[in-house]
Amino acid sequence: MLSWWLPENVSTYGADIDWLFHLVYYITAITFVLVAVAMIWFLIAYRAKPGRRATYTHGNTMLEIAWTVAPTVILVVLTFLSLGAWARIKAEVPESDTHIRITGKQFQWKVRYPGPDGRFDTEDDKEFLDEVHLPVGKPVVFHLGAEDVIHSLFVPSFRFKQDAVPGREILEWVNVTKPGKYEMPCAELCGFGHSGMRGWVYADTQEEYEQWLAANVNVAADGGSPAASESPGPPTTETSPAQGNPERSGQ
Amino acid sequence: MSATVVAHGSKAPAHAEHHELGFVRTYLFSTDHKMIARQFLFLGLFMMIIGGLLALVVRWQLAWPETPIPGLAWLLTETTPPGILQPPEYNMAFTMHATIMIFFVIMPILAGAFGNFLIPLMIGARDMAFPFLNMLSFWVAAVSGVLMLAGFFVDGGHAAAGWTSYAPLSAVADYTGVNWGQNLWCISLFVLGVSSMMGAINYITTVINMRAPGMTLFRMPLVIWSLFITAILLLLALPVLTSAAAMLLFDRTLGTHWFLPSGGGEPLLWQHLFWFFGHPEVYILILPAMGIASEILPVFARKPVFGYHAMAFSMIGIAFLSWIVYGHHMFVSGMNPALGMAFTVSTMIIAVPSAIKTFNWLGTLWGGQIRFTVPMLNGLAFVSMFVIGGLSGIFMAATPVDIFIQDTYFIVAHIHYVVFGGSIFGAFAAIYYWFPKMFGRMMNTALGHLHFWPTFIFFNLTFFPMHILGIGGHMRRIYNPLQYDFLQGLQHWNVLITVSALLLGVAQIPFVINFFWSLFAGQRAPENPWQATTLEWTAPSPPPHLNWGAHLPTVYRGPYEYSSPEVPEDYLPQTRALARTAAGRRH
Repeated sequence: MLSWWLPENVSTYGADIDWLFHLVYYITAITFVLVAVAMIWFLIAYRAKPGRRATYTHGNTMLEIAWTVAPTVILVVLTFLSLGAWARIKAEVPESDTHIRITGKQFQWKVRYPGPDGRFDTEDDKEFLDEVHLPVGKPVVFHLGAEDVIHSLFVPSFRFKQDAVPGREILEWVNVTKPGKYEMPCAELCGFGHSGMRGWVYADTQEEYEQWLAANVNVAADGGSPAASESPGPPTTETSPAQGNPERSGQ
Repeated sequence: MSATVVAHGSKAPAHAEHHELGFVRTYLFSTDHKMIARQFLFLGLFMMIIGGLLALVVRWQLAWPETPIPGLAWLLTETTPPGILQPPEYNMAFTMHATIMIFFVIMPILAGAFGNFLIPLMIGARDMAFPFLNMLSFWVAAVSGVLMLAGFFVDGGHAAAGWTSYAPLSAVADYTGVNWGQNLWCISLFVLGVSSMMGAINYITTVINMRAPGMTLFRMPLVIWSLFITAILLLLALPVLTSAAAMLLFDRTLGTHWFLPSGGGEPLLWQHLFWFFGHPEVYILILPAMGIASEILPVFARKPVFGYHAMAFSMIGIAFLSWIVYGHHMFVSGMNPALGMAFTVSTMIIAVPSAIKTFNWLGTLWGGQIRFTVPMLNGLAFVSMFVIGGLSGIFMAATPVDIFIQDTYFIVAHIHYVVFGGSIFGAFAAIYYWFPKMFGRMMNTALGHLHFWPTFIFFNLTFFPMHILGIGGHMRRIYNPLQYDFLQGLQHWNVLITVSALLLGVAQIPFVINFFWSLFAGQRAPENPWQATTLEWTAPSPPPHLNWGAHLPTVYRGPYEYSSPEVPEDYLPQTRALARTAAGRRH
């Protein structure tokens, strides 16, 4: 089977990205066709013929102005559309009660849940390898980091990509619209095992997710009531996750 | 500087023709800009063979992963069966493919060879301002090339962290298993930076100080404008790369922590430094090719270039803007998203001058008498492929779209449309066009067509489907696409691309034959085989030492007076004095 277009999109902002992609696609395709047609037409119509002399002209100021202004207008519109979508995706991380820390390490993704107390780096944290579970239909916040080199968390179906940089904690979010199992490769060269470094995201319905949490994460050491801990509020880490991307943290 | 005065003097020194130099001073340690140009050209073409073979090795692995590569069983002996490329070697192959092609093929050919050859000849100078520095520039580049090639033979293999060498991957030997390979990569680029600085200083000084009488700035051919601007970019950008390479080397060998968070360093600092160099570098690679196209299109359309001033000013605009767009390489790097917005704006703006240039090239073709010679075909290929490479850049400038296509094959497609479709077709056009002047012989036209058409077709069949791979999410720099479920349906494209790439490689054979055959047995070139107007065509082919005889040419008009109504022929050379000298006022 030949595939030749975007993978299925299952995130809220993925629709924004795909819309913009198609807009750019149509603008560039039309521009290319117009330029190519003009070029081929000129090449045929103005091929050298005996007895004919080329038109002697050094240019045309009106034309120069026209073909400076026209692309400028198109690009300014594209700029504003891009900046709007970019701000919706990147500028603010929405409130969420699902926080997951994902740390790249040659050559796997370490996936950490804060456990019943809702805090990272406490004893009840639970860590998984290359496996993320998250609920659909609400924003989920990833705390991205790396232990050794730069990795990049890429989930094609979520239109999600963000480098994970050692020495930083980067907060990113996604709101998945459709349950399923999605591939999660590393997109930044990270060494000889870069290829094949990938995990899976299991996007569960709210119910399934609760069940998975209860069975795998919120199992307190003393076997206490797992379902009771609805862990309100975002977990706290050593740095404040208040801003979208803290310039530096840790080191 | 006495050398300058002698070379610049309007009278040739008396000993010009008698000064017999030995073999070593003529062919090896020559200070003649034309010999240095030829040396850079041979360096670039030799390295292109290595860089091209590395690309084919990478392509084989991507189409038929982990199968033996025909003919490499003697080299890759560690696998059973022998000949299978393993991940560390694969990473090394794509890293060195890009490093060699960018630093040792395109830069030496476009800036090194044609910068050296054309600047003195087209502005009417006898040589560069600093001929000795010029010689040093080549030999330092050659040393750098030897250092770079030496990396293939050291323990642990050559650099394998990508041509971008992102830290910390590149900064700690344990992360890649590469030790001296990466060190030599840093040292070689440091040395090459010194060579480029020497070249750049020379180009800038020569263009400013040594133009022939009457050669005002706005009578300079556009290729000289492009090389002048390229030299300014080189002068300002290369020190950033050399500093960064030194810092990386210190991190690796002296225990500094510029880029290592474990000691308070910052991985993103490398990216800021690298791309602050890297984006002007893209224009260093493409501006000379733009200049070459602007030179060749008018000659073979027999028309003045359309919008000379718009062409020159758009290149100046690109040069300024190229310093403030580099962050578009870092949209998903962890850089502050607000900064990303600023780079979106500047990146969108830099598309405008490129659009202006494209429309002016089309305007040059309009109403022409187009001759489809081999240099013209390559020049036209440059224009059309640059259009695709420019348009695909808009996808990345649209930041939200970039989130998805960053680090995919869409980027690989884009860069190859710009640097192969753009720079390499520009280089081929320049070689076919100036070969008669450089070597005094014509290249073979039939072989030229046999080279151009398959190259053009297989170039597109190789690189266009990479857009489709990228849209499908195919990551760049992965060893085996079949390791991923979502890439299974795309594998057919990888096979098509590799078959096309192999044929693209085969298509270069006629070029090699043509080049060497013409060098020794080509038809003798007349002084002005293309009936062109610029100064280099008033010198003998090939030009002697100091280029012109007793008198330097005097310039009366702009460089593109084709089909002028003032003369019956369809070209009016820059040097020809007409009775009504008022015509000289044009441009």
